[in-house]
Amino acid sequence: MTSPNETSASIQNTGAAGVDTASQSLQRRLAWRSTLQALGMLPVLIILGVVFELMSGRFLSFQNISIVMQQASINTVLAAGMTFVILTGGIDLSVGSILAASAMVAILASLIPEWGMMGIPAALLAGLAFGLVNGALIAFAKLPPFIVTLGSLTAVRGVARLLGGDTTQFNPQLPFAFIGNGTLFGLPWLVWIAFAVVIISWFILRRTVLGVHIYAVGGNPDAARLTGIKVWAVLLFVYAFSGLAAGLGGVMSAARLFAANGLQLGQSYELDAIAAVILGGTSFVGGIGSIWGTLIGALIIAILSNGLILVGVSDIWQFIIKGLVIIGAVALDRYRLKGSART
Amino acid sequence: MTGSTPILEMKDISKTFPGVKALTNVSLTVYPGEIHALMGENGAGKSTLMKILSGAYQADPGGEIRINGRHVSIDGPLTARQHGISIIYQELSLAPNLTVAENMLLGREHKSGPMVDRRSMEKACQDVLQRLGVHFKATTKVSELSMAERQLVEIARALIANSRILVMDEPTTSLSSRETEALFALVQQLRADGLAIIYISHRMAEIYELADRVSVLRDGSYVGTLVGNEISAERLVQMMVGRDLSSFYKKEHDAHQSRGPVLFEVRHVGDDVRVRDCSFQLHEGEVLGIAGLVGAGRTELARLIYGADPRTSGEILLQGKPLSINAPEDAINSGVVYLTEDRKHLGLFLDLSVRENVNVNVLGRDARMGGVLNLKAAKDRAAAAIRALAIRVAGDVVPVGSLSGGNQQKVLLSRLLETKPKVLILDEPTRGVDIGAKSEIYRLIDTLARNGVGVIVISSELPEVVGICDRVLVMREGGIEGEVGGAGHPPVTQENIISIATGVREAAE
Repeated sequence: MTSPNETSASIQNTGAAGVDTASQSLQRRLAWRSTLQALGMLPVLIILGVVFELMSGRFLSFQNISIVMQQASINTVLAAGMTFVILTGGIDLSVGSILAASAMVAILASLIPEWGMMGIPAALLAGLAFGLVNGALIAFAKLPPFIVTLGSLTAVRGVARLLGGDTTQFNPQLPFAFIGNGTLFGLPWLVWIAFAVVIISWFILRRTVLGVHIYAVGGNPDAARLTGIKVWAVLLFVYAFSGLAAGLGGVMSAARLFAANGLQLGQSYELDAIAAVILGGTSFVGGIGSIWGTLIGALIIAILSNGLILVGVSDIWQFIIKGLVIIGAVALDRYRLKGSART
Repeated sequence: MTGSTPILEMKDISKTFPGVKALTNVSLTVYPGEIHALMGENGAGKSTLMKILSGAYQADPGGEIRINGRHVSIDGPLTARQHGISIIYQELSLAPNLTVAENMLLGREHKSGPMVDRRSMEKACQDVLQRLGVHFKATTKVSELSMAERQLVEIARALIANSRILVMDEPTTSLSSRETEALFALVQQLRADGLAIIYISHRMAEIYELADRVSVLRDGSYVGTLVGNEISAERLVQMMVGRDLSSFYKKEHDAHQSRGPVLFEVRHVGDDVRVRDCSFQLHEGEVLGIAGLVGAGRTELARLIYGADPRTSGEILLQGKPLSINAPEDAINSGVVYLTEDRKHLGLFLDLSVRENVNVNVLGRDARMGGVLNLKAAKDRAAAAIRALAIRVAGDVVPVGSLSGGNQQKVLLSRLLETKPKVLILDEPTRGVDIGAKSEIYRLIDTLARNGVGVIVISSELPEVVGICDRVLVMREGGIEGEVGGAGHPPVTQENIISIATGVREAAE
């Protein structure tokens, strides 16, 4: 009836001449779009910062920003591990408990005379071990991640209390206290550690074979198996990595407090970590997401806590507002990317 | 027929997506009591047009839809249903955990007071099922039904909703030939009852058998409509691709002359359930077909060979040496690769880019320092694959899910070819692929065979099997029932294959 329309014809024909300009501009557009997607929540972060500055007048000081980043650091480390897990379509509910148990291990090991620094590797190994158990149950026994990590959420919490004899353990002479309280080049050690974890995570996800396999397993586990990807190895890795990150979180938290308490430490940290990942635009069914998004998500959560305290909102209202902002931000994101992303 | 009022008129329908115009002023007129086939290559706009009809998409302003001569506006699936339009999609939309009756009346449950009136629902559904002449009951759970039976449930659902316009999107894709025949009889009965049926298919034979008229779309535009005895394969192909396809099946390699030594051998492979005691040999440079009805165990056999499912017996030899294949990675490392029949669910990573999909099998091989990606190698491989297989894509960073079926298939094929396979098992290599891409895939298979690769082609399309294979194994009920082609066997013809596949004739007689 009419001649073929020009747009679809030109798309169909990009195999012949003029490929380069057309494909380059499209590549640029796609790259721009994926950057936008990764930074999706950046505007929310900036708006929150400006609003809190206007309301309190001291939010954007260097000192306060440094405090916010410090407050975000432990959650960023946990959320980085959680990003790996959620990218494979799983979930790790046990990170808060693993953090408590690892912190307890860190404090107890730091009490060994002359060998106090052993607290750091001991806590990391403890976290790794718990993560490997989670991963083994999920990869080999093929149990659902939600159930496995819900179980270890409770069980590892028990281990943490057991280790400390159900009391708070102190070490006022903690040899690695600088991690929690010292600074390097003007920024707290905690912030440097969190940033290093983000960089390492980015490298693994975007620059290694393992990273591509993580996205592949999350996007389509059946196809991944048929493609010859060792799905079990990928699953084992992500839960081990999440456990290790929680172990590091335990070191950071013990170093900050000079103490660990098996009952209270790390309670509901898993929820903040999951919230950071989801705010960062990572798909809950796996296969889509980025570590930069997670970093922004963790910062938003920290800014909310800090800013609401600065402007004098009561504890109860902080909970309500935080919850609503998380839902609202994700809803906004979904609306903005309608049709191009799924969660 | 032409004297009556059209039941459906779509006029000047256009649809623009961000960046792409999917439909340009397309018109379609359908009369009651006709089977109106809709054809076109993948990406021609058939699905978009049908989604507009079903209310899933909104057309651009300017077009018009008339039903029984009355202007209507279809703003959602519910209005479409109220106007008597039902669509049966390729991927069926039934809830497997519910019964047939519950599925048929989903959202329109019969009530007595606040309670669901199960008995009246089941009675109403049973009546419709009887009319269709099916064997299952309204109380059967959908999960217990075969694909063909599920399709009947979809049709029953359309009938109980009093639909007058029924759209069927490639309904025979997952049906055996016997099930297909039964479906055809039913579709013809529905036509006799005065329903208008819009039938989307890539299979010429079905169009011949069923269609009263055929409308063709190309690149989002309406090309034309053929009526009755005007319908011919040559004209349709010409309308669809806009050019002539003189040599459709490509077979320049000659296995009988250049037949190399035995490359690959399968001995007594089985899994005690769906595949029993299968043995065959594959020569270098040979294209070996595996035919059989759906459910004969062809895919299952391929999956056992590839290590995707555990086998309980048998051995597999490559160039005389036994292989130990316990998982797909073992097969790939030995040079045996498998193209799945279900590329969307078992093959591609739809969210990942073309580049990543092409490279996923060789990332480890190219990697540096034991696992750091070699970005340049990946980019080069993707560029080479896009060129070699003429994949129509604007760039290799595009998510593979946004490509058309034929181009997706080419991406999946290039992934396999990157591993430099010695044996290539292709399961329905042209399923859901448009005609242009089909002939390119045939050419590729031919080239591979000429280079000494052993190719096994599993296909339900007999003309394809006959057109490209040197020798064909025919499977029935999990075993290799017979062979056509090759010395001492009947020649490769559709009749010979069908008679073995259906058990009419025993093997090698």
